[in-house]
Amino acid sequence: MTSTTTTPESATAAVALSGVTKVYGRGADAVVALDRVSLDVAPGEFVCLVGASGCGKSTLLNLVAGLDTVSGGGIRVAGDARPGLMFQEPALFPWLTVGANVEVPLKLRGLASAERKARVAELLDTVHLRDFGHRRPHELSGGMRQRVALARTLALDTPVLLMDEPFGALDAMTRDVLHDELERLWTTRNATGRPLTVLFVTHNVREAARLSDRIVLLSSRPGRVIYETRVDIARPRRIDSTEVATVAAEVTDRLRAEVGRHGH
Amino acid sequence: MATDNLVAQNETISGLDALENASQQKLPGRASRIWSLTWPKLTALAFVVAIWQVLVWAEWKPEYALPAPLTVAQDLWSWAGTSALWEGLLITLRRAAYGFGAAVVVGLLLGSAVARIKVLRAALGSMITALQTMPSIAWFPLAILLFQLNEQAIFFVVVLGAAPSIANGVIHGVDYVPPLLVRAGRNLGARGFSLYRYVIAPAALPAIVAGLKQGWAFAWRSLMAGELLVIIAKSTSIGVQLTYARELSDAPRVISVMIVILILGLLVDLLFTKADHAIRRRWGLLDRD
Repeated sequence: MTSTTTTPESATAAVALSGVTKVYGRGADAVVALDRVSLDVAPGEFVCLVGASGCGKSTLLNLVAGLDTVSGGGIRVAGDARPGLMFQEPALFPWLTVGANVEVPLKLRGLASAERKARVAELLDTVHLRDFGHRRPHELSGGMRQRVALARTLALDTPVLLMDEPFGALDAMTRDVLHDELERLWTTRNATGRPLTVLFVTHNVREAARLSDRIVLLSSRPGRVIYETRVDIARPRRIDSTEVATVAAEVTDRLRAEVGRHGH
Repeated sequence: MATDNLVAQNETISGLDALENASQQKLPGRASRIWSLTWPKLTALAFVVAIWQVLVWAEWKPEYALPAPLTVAQDLWSWAGTSALWEGLLITLRRAAYGFGAAVVVGLLLGSAVARIKVLRAALGSMITALQTMPSIAWFPLAILLFQLNEQAIFFVVVLGAAPSIANGVIHGVDYVPPLLVRAGRNLGARGFSLYRYVIAPAALPAIVAGLKQGWAFAWRSLMAGELLVIIAKSTSIGVQLTYARELSDAPRVISVMIVILILGLLVDLLFTKADHAIRRRWGLLDRD
């Protein structure tokens, strides 16, 4: 659907990583989490980063989000936009209502009260939680909390969404619904000319095939890009379709080969 | 068509969500809830009074040293009818309010500074804990030398007694803010002061309230010790009345004063417990009730 070339130019990329290296500790104890990772994500592209645990996927997202600094290489986000980051846990503020949680980034951006109210209503509507604004996070189910987290991240009005296994802790049925919603939201945004670029980390290959335009496979310790494939399946997709299963099988084989090389 | 499917699916999920959320148990009536909380306390109280009465009947100690519960109740009643009790209460509570209020200010400022600034933590962190373990009554000889027998000496010790607990509550609270919430806050655009305002301060609130509660207990003890030691002429605070009652061998009054001190401490403690409860309920940290 999005017709980007196989090698998008860095100059037009929404997110451009060039030779990103991250080392934790120093001397003999130094651990190389990421080793010269280069990746260009086109505006409006949905890229899934897949890898076994410990491959530095989350580290990569933290770096792009600006919550951590690179040891080498560079990261550029188009227009110096601040990407929104979603975690596996909703990370909602328990002392605030659902609506107030969504309002926090709007307050921090200095929006006026009336505008904030309207935006909160709109965002809760987007994630199908219109009537839950006055509830508290602990009153909601896991899936609903993750939707609130999505609404709160979207309140940043950012063109780049970073998602760190956001549906990893949810049951399969809830996850399917959230896949549909995320796809719908992303498609809608891209159709309005305000493209939403998504960098999505998961260890679930099927989820990657279900959602992404492109799957990028990372090796573990150190994390390095070892394989990339485009996913040209028409949208909306279904996770149980044969096309998705075929792509997933292909990527799984690659992943197995990689894990096998490490001997466990 | 596709939208219809999506809506239908959503409804299924909200059905499941509703099941998952089925934690709302039916609340019993308010009266029966209060009763279920009260009767164990009343029974325990009756038990204590019964033992007391048995000791009096057994003539364990002479009547002038250990009066009967009824005698004390009569004394408490007549004391409550005089202005002495209420004036004493006023003096003592005003001291408590000033001392504790100042301790809150000092504790919050000190705690936030130590939690935030590394050098200060290295320098003062263990000193605050050391201060907290120091029995505040041990401060009085020095306080009396510094300020003589007056209000300032009491104020000084009350603040010293309570502030370290409050500061420790703040430090503890800030230290145990979940890192994930801080990362989320930073990603949402909170930096420096706004990070404190939107994330760290509210996340630390339960620990801060616990520190305040402990600080109050220390302030109240220091104040009572102070009122027994630092007798100021014409000031008939609760503690002074306790001392006078002992000097006049007025045992019923000694116990009456003690009961008043106990009740006051309990009432304030109840306030803090209520605040703590309200916070935990809001946060969903309470399982039931």
